[in-house]
Amino acid sequence: MEILMAFVIGILFMSATYLMLSKSLLRIIVGTGLLSHGAHLLILTMGGLKRGSAPLLGEHAKNYTDPLPQALILTAIVISFGVTAFFLVLAYRAYQELGTDNVEEMKGTEPND
Amino acid sequence: MTNLIILPIFIPLLTGAILICLHKKIAVQRIVAVISSLGTLIVSSIIIHKVHQDGIQSLNISSWDAPFGITLVSDMLSAMLVCTTSIMALACLLYSFKSIGNERENYYYYPVFSFLLVGVNGAFMTGDIFNLFVFFEVMLMSSYVLLVLGGTKIQLRESIKYLLVNVISSALFVIAVALLYSVAGTLNMAHISERISAISGYGMPGIVSVIAVMFLIVFGLKGAIFPLFFWMPGSYYAPPAPVLALFGALLTKVGVYSITRTFTLFFYHDGFVFQLLSILAILSIIVGVIGAIAYWDVKKIIIYNIIVAVGAILYGVSVMNPASIKGAVYYLIHDMIIKAALFLLVGNIIAITGSANLKKFSGLISRYPGLGWTFFIAALALAGIPPLSGFVGKLLIIQGGFEGNSFFGAAIVLMSSLLVLFSVMKIFINGFWGKNLTFEGEEKAPVKWLLISPIILVAISALYGLYSEAILPYIGQASDTLLDPQIYIDAVLKE
Repeated sequence: MEILMAFVIGILFMSATYLMLSKSLLRIIVGTGLLSHGAHLLILTMGGLKRGSAPLLGEHAKNYTDPLPQALILTAIVISFGVTAFFLVLAYRAYQELGTDNVEEMKGTEPND
Repeated sequence: MTNLIILPIFIPLLTGAILICLHKKIAVQRIVAVISSLGTLIVSSIIIHKVHQDGIQSLNISSWDAPFGITLVSDMLSAMLVCTTSIMALACLLYSFKSIGNERENYYYYPVFSFLLVGVNGAFMTGDIFNLFVFFEVMLMSSYVLLVLGGTKIQLRESIKYLLVNVISSALFVIAVALLYSVAGTLNMAHISERISAISGYGMPGIVSVIAVMFLIVFGLKGAIFPLFFWMPGSYYAPPAPVLALFGALLTKVGVYSITRTFTLFFYHDGFVFQLLSILAILSIIVGVIGAIAYWDVKKIIIYNIIVAVGAILYGVSVMNPASIKGAVYYLIHDMIIKAALFLLVGNIIAITGSANLKKFSGLISRYPGLGWTFFIAALALAGIPPLSGFVGKLLIIQGGFEGNSFFGAAIVLMSSLLVLFSVMKIFINGFWGKNLTFEGEEKAPVKWLLISPIILVAISALYGLYSEAILPYIGQASDTLLDPQIYIDAVLKE
């Protein structure tokens, strides 16, 4: 199971890298989204995918799944939500102000703009 | 008082929350921000004193025992860095009053400033690797806002690049933590160190080196070391002077601190990563001085000097003997102070001349002698001229390099001083000497006020150099912990 997940995560990272190397800003943001999905799945996988009950004490099970990676993911998800929301608004403002979403055109050396 | 060491995180957090509510009252915001940073300064001095007396302070949050809960740890290194951060914050805050402008102050400048300090102080004090990630994000999120606040074209453009680089490095950080968790099975830094040294007893497993290199990439992206510094010259060019001073003094140094902490605590068995670190540090010094002497733009020159300093500090860490570690700690604190001073002085020059281009102004010293001589002393301190603060750190790093038989690296550090001196003297000679020009809008620049914080910082830097005998015991205590991780582990896990 872990091997399958490793392949899936690898494909996510691959697509994310490809998208982040493109010229359009929106594709880059989609790429960052895929990258954080990959990272979150990796935490889950690295914590181990053994069979066990959901980590709720009310389940009265013999084995529980590891609760720590789930807490880590939850934290990482909200952080990447916050950053992505900021990034999207920044891209919108940059489009309004600079008139382009092509990263190649976002150069410039004007010293004291 | 057991909760003392959480106060440098708690005070700015509370201040930030209060300042959000007061966002229309700029005068009140300024007073509250100054009081809070003075408070943080006092508390961090008390912490230094306490660590010096009683050894490393650790605090288990909510009384969960060490490996299971989150632990805050304050050893001498982090206590001194927190204290330096508070001094920096106070200086940049005083500078902001007359330079940042009402439109930025109206849009939550001071609250975001406080949250940046929460992130930086938290990153210095945490004892948990995932908590370090969270504090990094607090710091980075505030830095995104400070970078883009004002919304000029250059700020928008450079914020996109800065944000993208940091999103990628944060994802890599999460990946590195996930791999480390699968190997060590714990997140507490002392406990990780114990587990890694337990498995390296049976021959060093390759995966630990892989994780070490991943951490080097992650923190190297934050700290701007050789192949990963590419984002910095552009991004640091965009924000206004006090924000730039805060970034230049604090943000890269958090990356440097994290490399120092993780490498001396987790990966100290692994010769390979230290060799890699040493090579990258030397290359950073070389690239940094090339950039510093290439440009005719005052901001760019100082920005490339950050890369040189990061290289010198990490070279000291990579040699890993008592003299070089002492030198690295000493130089780290010196560099935070002097880089903030230089950026504030550069901001002052730009406020007068309206330009950062060295070819467009000259002769400033005839009308602004205070500015000129402060800049001169700061330049000498940066290069490491004996009575000033840059000297002792570099001396110890070079001594460590020679003791560790790393002659090439030590020679590079030595020669870099010459070119660093050349790059800042180029500003002094071309900008301050020569024909006396006048500039548009010069009278409006609040030069006297803007000079206060750089003078304070340069004075601190001079005292730090003159009284290095008095400070060395503290530095020694900090380097003892770095050289012997067992002190740290015992203090946290209390076995």
